[in-house]
Amino acid sequence: MKKRKIVQTIGFSLLYLSVFIAIFALSSILYFVIIKGAGVINWEFLTSMPKEGMTKGGIVPAILGTFYLATGAILFSLPLGIFAAIYLSEYAKQGRLVRIVRLGINNLSGVPSIVFGLFGLGIFVKFFGFGVSILSGALTLGILILPTIIRASEEALLAIPESFREASLALGATKWQTIKGVVLPNAIPGIMTGAILGVGRAAGETAPILFTATTFFCSRLPSSIFDEIQALPYHIYALMTEGTHSELQVPIAYGTTLVLISLVLLINLLAIIIRYKMRKGKKW
Amino acid sequence: MTKEKFIKRFFLFFALLSIFFLAGILFVLFKEGISAFGKINLGGFLFGRSWYPTHTPGEFGILPLILGSLLVTVGALVVAVPLGIGSAIYISEVAKPGVRDVIKPLLEILAGIPSVVYGFFGMVVFAPFIQRIFDIPTGLTAFTASVILGIMALPTIASIAEDAISSVPKSYKEASLSLGATEWETIARVTVPSAMSGISAAIILGMGRAIGETMTVLMVAGGAAVIPHTFFQPVRTMTATIAAEMGETMVGGIHYQSLFAIAIVLFLLTLTFNIIADHISHRYKKKMTG
Repeated sequence: MKKRKIVQTIGFSLLYLSVFIAIFALSSILYFVIIKGAGVINWEFLTSMPKEGMTKGGIVPAILGTFYLATGAILFSLPLGIFAAIYLSEYAKQGRLVRIVRLGINNLSGVPSIVFGLFGLGIFVKFFGFGVSILSGALTLGILILPTIIRASEEALLAIPESFREASLALGATKWQTIKGVVLPNAIPGIMTGAILGVGRAAGETAPILFTATTFFCSRLPSSIFDEIQALPYHIYALMTEGTHSELQVPIAYGTTLVLISLVLLINLLAIIIRYKMRKGKKW
Repeated sequence: MTKEKFIKRFFLFFALLSIFFLAGILFVLFKEGISAFGKINLGGFLFGRSWYPTHTPGEFGILPLILGSLLVTVGALVVAVPLGIGSAIYISEVAKPGVRDVIKPLLEILAGIPSVVYGFFGMVVFAPFIQRIFDIPTGLTAFTASVILGIMALPTIASIAEDAISSVPKSYKEASLSLGATEWETIARVTVPSAMSGISAAIILGMGRAIGETMTVLMVAGGAAVIPHTFFQPVRTMTATIAAEMGETMVGGIHYQSLFAIAIVLFLLTLTFNIIADHISHRYKKKMTG
């Protein structure tokens, strides 16, 4: 009996240890980025153009670039994702077709991000002739986040109780009227959560925009969707691998990383809070 | 066609878009990359031992890159599988609800950190640390990349494994406990084995995530395109090669085409992993629901 108790204690300790290591990794990343990045960030850093070959000045073009890319990606992806989710939750019957559709969504989410980059280069930059631009980058990111949007929207739609639909249909509404008037409006908070997560994902990706949207340095802010831009994640990479004054560039990279990480974490936090409120608040 | 039928078709079209995009990706990769095989033979490409794309004549053997990817991926799994499954078991079987509500969002945050941030952290903090404690010429090695990739893949594995573990019917555990088994014996001999196919799907998906990861390995693995002999040397993966070199190629040239050809290899590899994982978890769901 004693031996079995000891085995249990050891086993549980290993489980605590795995969680501890995961939390430790998260804390040390946040610790270093915050400690070293906070000193760099001030109003000027957030609002001015880079100066003297990226060794001084701010990161405003990268902040704007990331904002444009993430906004463009979600504008493209959200309608497609919601429509696909409506099919899956409201119309599809279990069977071959649905299985193929799901396999497609799962596999699309497994495609390496750099492969999305090459796809965007081949199709948007070259074939459609959009060039290296906000448009090409946003479309590439939009396809990348599509599976995230579909899954979150489908989950939101499936969470609507069947009785809502039955009540609407029993009153004589058609299926489409039921979806439009009853199901969708109730699913909006859930869909928003998915959209927010999608924005967070799009804002943090680097590989898909390497050849489709970004450049190390823009002398001016973009004036149309066909301009190339800077972006926060790419800016971090470029500061670490290009240029010759690494002692001046690393602090800027720390600052940029803190800005990016705060942005992404705030976005994720928002999604977590909305979801939490939803689960608590709605008892239908 | 009635209006309702038309609406259904309309939504079906969008549901099929994912497959359309997937096919589109494959098509573009082949369109841009297939001509590489007019100039390099497939065997020499896959098994050639040297990658010198800018020499004249260039050498286009991607064996060092494939081995680099595999080495880093295996290393990442050594880190991520025990930690990920350990965390999953803890969250679903051991943690009290209050603790669980804290740990799960923290793992989600870990999953949400952009890969370039992991790469940056690896470059400025972790690699110098590795260099110092192992006293090696550079901290940018396959080992360094493996550890960081492992931490990145951990939340993926943990979240899918947790789904599998927590969907094991309560009656299984109660039966085990009522026969006098300890909690740990129940976890190790009943719960985890019952969830095994879901856990394997999690591992395979984690593997796909690690082999396809780009920015971290590009920044941390060191980038030497040579056949690796130890974990403590710089390596270069397929993903990092594409990311590092595409910017310098001439569009339509053989180097450009060969990078697309690498992407074909990568795409087919991850597609295979995903289909296997999907197959396993589908069979598992059937089994669990009877």
